[in-house]
Amino acid sequence: MDITLLAAIVIAVVLLTVVGFFLVRTQRPGKPGKEETTPEATGEAAGATAVEDRERDTGTVRTPPAQAPPATRPAEPAEPELESPPPSAGRMVRLRARLARSQSSFGQGLLNLLSSDSLDEDAWEEIEDTLITADIGVTSASQIVESLRTRVKVLGTRGPDEVRTLLREELLAQITTAADRTVHTEPHGDRPAVIMVVGVNGTGKTTTTGKLARALVGDGRSVVLGAADTFRAAASEQLQTWGGRVGAPVVTKEEGSDPASVAFDAVSRGIEDGADTVIIDTAGRLHTKTGLMDELGKVKRVVEKKSQVDEVLLVLDATTGQNGLRQARVFGEVVNVTGIALTKLDGTAKGGIIVQVQRELGVPVKLVGLGEGPDDLAPFDPEVFVDTILSED
Amino acid sequence: MFETLSDRLTSVFSSLRGKGRLSEEDINATAREIRLALLEADVALPVVREFISRVKERARGEEVSKALNPAQQVIKIVNGELVEILGGETRQVRFAKNPPTVIMLAGLQGAGKTTLAGKLAKWLAADRNTPLLVAADLQRPNAVTQLQVVGERAGTPVFAPEPGNGVGDPVQVARESVEHARRNNHNVVIIDTAGRLGVDSEMMQQAADIRDAVSPDEILFVVDAMIGQDAVNTAQAFLDGVGYDAVALTKLDGDARGGAALSIRHITGRPIMFASTGEKLEDFDLFHPDRMASRILDMGDVLTLIEQAQRTFDEAEVEKMASTMTSDEDFTLDDFLQQMSMVRKLGPIGNLLGMMPGMGQMREQIDSIDDKDLDRIQAIIQSMTPGERSNPKSINGSRRLRIANGSGTQVSDVNGLVTRFFEAQKMMRKMKNGGGMPGMPGAPGGGGNRKKAKAQAKKLKKGKQRSGNPMKARQQEAERAAERQRRQEEGGQQAPQLPPGLGGDQPKLPPGLGGGPNMPDLSNFKFPKK
Repeated sequence: MDITLLAAIVIAVVLLTVVGFFLVRTQRPGKPGKEETTPEATGEAAGATAVEDRERDTGTVRTPPAQAPPATRPAEPAEPELESPPPSAGRMVRLRARLARSQSSFGQGLLNLLSSDSLDEDAWEEIEDTLITADIGVTSASQIVESLRTRVKVLGTRGPDEVRTLLREELLAQITTAADRTVHTEPHGDRPAVIMVVGVNGTGKTTTTGKLARALVGDGRSVVLGAADTFRAAASEQLQTWGGRVGAPVVTKEEGSDPASVAFDAVSRGIEDGADTVIIDTAGRLHTKTGLMDELGKVKRVVEKKSQVDEVLLVLDATTGQNGLRQARVFGEVVNVTGIALTKLDGTAKGGIIVQVQRELGVPVKLVGLGEGPDDLAPFDPEVFVDTILSED
Repeated sequence: MFETLSDRLTSVFSSLRGKGRLSEEDINATAREIRLALLEADVALPVVREFISRVKERARGEEVSKALNPAQQVIKIVNGELVEILGGETRQVRFAKNPPTVIMLAGLQGAGKTTLAGKLAKWLAADRNTPLLVAADLQRPNAVTQLQVVGERAGTPVFAPEPGNGVGDPVQVARESVEHARRNNHNVVIIDTAGRLGVDSEMMQQAADIRDAVSPDEILFVVDAMIGQDAVNTAQAFLDGVGYDAVALTKLDGDARGGAALSIRHITGRPIMFASTGEKLEDFDLFHPDRMASRILDMGDVLTLIEQAQRTFDEAEVEKMASTMTSDEDFTLDDFLQQMSMVRKLGPIGNLLGMMPGMGQMREQIDSIDDKDLDRIQAIIQSMTPGERSNPKSINGSRRLRIANGSGTQVSDVNGLVTRFFEAQKMMRKMKNGGGMPGMPGAPGGGGNRKKAKAQAKKLKKGKQRSGNPMKARQQEAERAAERQRRQEEGGQQAPQLPPGLGGDQPKLPPGLGGGPNMPDLSNFKFPKK
């Protein structure tokens, strides 16, 4: 059966390729011109495809037409607020302390290298290797090293302090983005803010949802949780436990029901109750499973019938390697991710993958998870992040 | 998307055609490319370094400089080394002399321990064992409930005396569970522990206490295939903290290249025993080192494709698909539509193409493929009447306009589809007659016709101006892929054992490396770079 199967599939794929993609390529040039003559009935669809084609022509990242409207919708006015539940200051300190524990050796090794007397080829290579070890990725790492190299040469600096400043600037430049890092949790008018939490399996979506709810409740907001993870065993119970701890109602349905309907009900409930924020926890799914990704797209579409989705948080595990970039890209295409929550940063993992994600996709990291404790969630601060990496204690 | 190692090496070596030996510089360039490929696959840096030095050593040897195609030879060496490191001795579960056999699972949070526990239980139960699942994860909210549900799905009893959520002592639970298993005639005990970090000394101590309390026969370190450079630290921390006998790799159904497998194996010397490849409880198997090697090198994975297809389709569907291919009747748009929907079930079309060896050089084109195009094609075909579908020749101008309106496309789209379809139909007809692809001579016997293939490639290049028109290049590539496949099929009929199925002990072919005389060698199909 293997052989028949394989042959059949390959032939079918080949046929698809031959028939399908030729069609697409050949049709393209004539398209925009013909648009005007298109009959009214087909105008919209043709327009959509034309847009898509145009996008591809310019070589930009494609956005499927279904996702186009949310992408182009004017962003709601940025709220200056940041959900910083008490004790906000305490959180930063803890972040610092934990990062120091996990990452001092990283920054330390770099500095030792940089301030050594002779910066030869090997030393630079070692710096690059150190960055790679943090999952920053080969391309980013070599770029950081390249520009650091140029600057050290130009400035002729050797002192540890100067070099450290340079390195700090370099790392900061890598993770700084113009994008807004606040999590939009403010209700607008009579509608609650809607946050969707997405990600692959086992990154800590439910935990992040729970922590976020807790932080918001701590800020005096009312929160409704939607347990749209109807797949994993006992996922809704896990969320209920979190909700129960802070008194946030959790909308659930029995296992195996349609996650979109749970999400819809959660938003409806949020509107009825006049809640400030609705957080929807979705099931973990690998970005390669088309069916599951479609399901996720549906959840978002269905929710949008009720209320706009203000935030889509992609939960990334700090231990994730280069695959994190693909995850972010695919999830971004399907549900238009607006922010990243980097979890499990309390381990030895450095989470360097966010550097790449931010560079390539421009999606900012908004939250960091630092452990299993209920309050171990903090807003991401690049300066603290980098400073901690470079701190000497 | 990254280029494959094979592409990179080909470009490195393209400059040295005709030279008799590899210079030191060539070897260094090769090493750089391999290093990059391994790092992008998340293999840990120290492991990469060591690995590279070994490969360099071998690349200086005779086998490479004398090979006709040094790039392929180097890849072969790399692949061989990878398999060697990953493979080693294959391990079976060690059963205790006096039941119950105790298996303990440990790992980071979210690695997939609880799910794996259920899978392992089901897998063991299929071999007439009577496993007992033990809920010793009392940390995470509702981990106990999750294990209970998993146990129910797997048809395995769960020992969960404590409610969890921070209540109860996992060491005590583990200790009691062994006694419980003995009383209730369970011959295997699977202990699911809480996820913990390598740096969390308190939790590591707890894991060590559980270990000491039950003295497990096997400790499995459960690790996510997506893990990056941190794999080394974590693996070492767990080895120091609790120690483990083998590794289970989870979430292999994603597209992570899984370099962690190599790192862990290399650093700790512990074999990788299980691979978990999906969300269902059946998606669990012993680990296949050779597949992992190709995956790490991103060499295209025909075996994965087969497996994926087997999971997705049942036999009847496949039969139906195959019969439309071989039947005497003409290939119709209906058949095409049906095949298209089946293939699309396997995932994005770009992924599928990427899995086929030899497609790597078309990475860029593959990347630009959008599944939305297929939606449009589907819409066009579905806007046709059954009569039109079975007899596309009847589609005249006014019908085209109607179809275009019905499917929300342009008449030119419909035109394009119909014309292309006729070409495909012609191709199918030729294939059915055994005549080979258009533009290709009759099927050559097996491997070993490298010269011919090269000459052919040259001819194609000359005649069709490959670089000028990516579509044509695609078609050529596609034709060749189909041709190769067909040959493989013929080969398969002669030697049905050749492609390894799911059965464990058949010899495995490294995909793309040409495992036997009937398997076309990848090198036969090298195209001149654009």
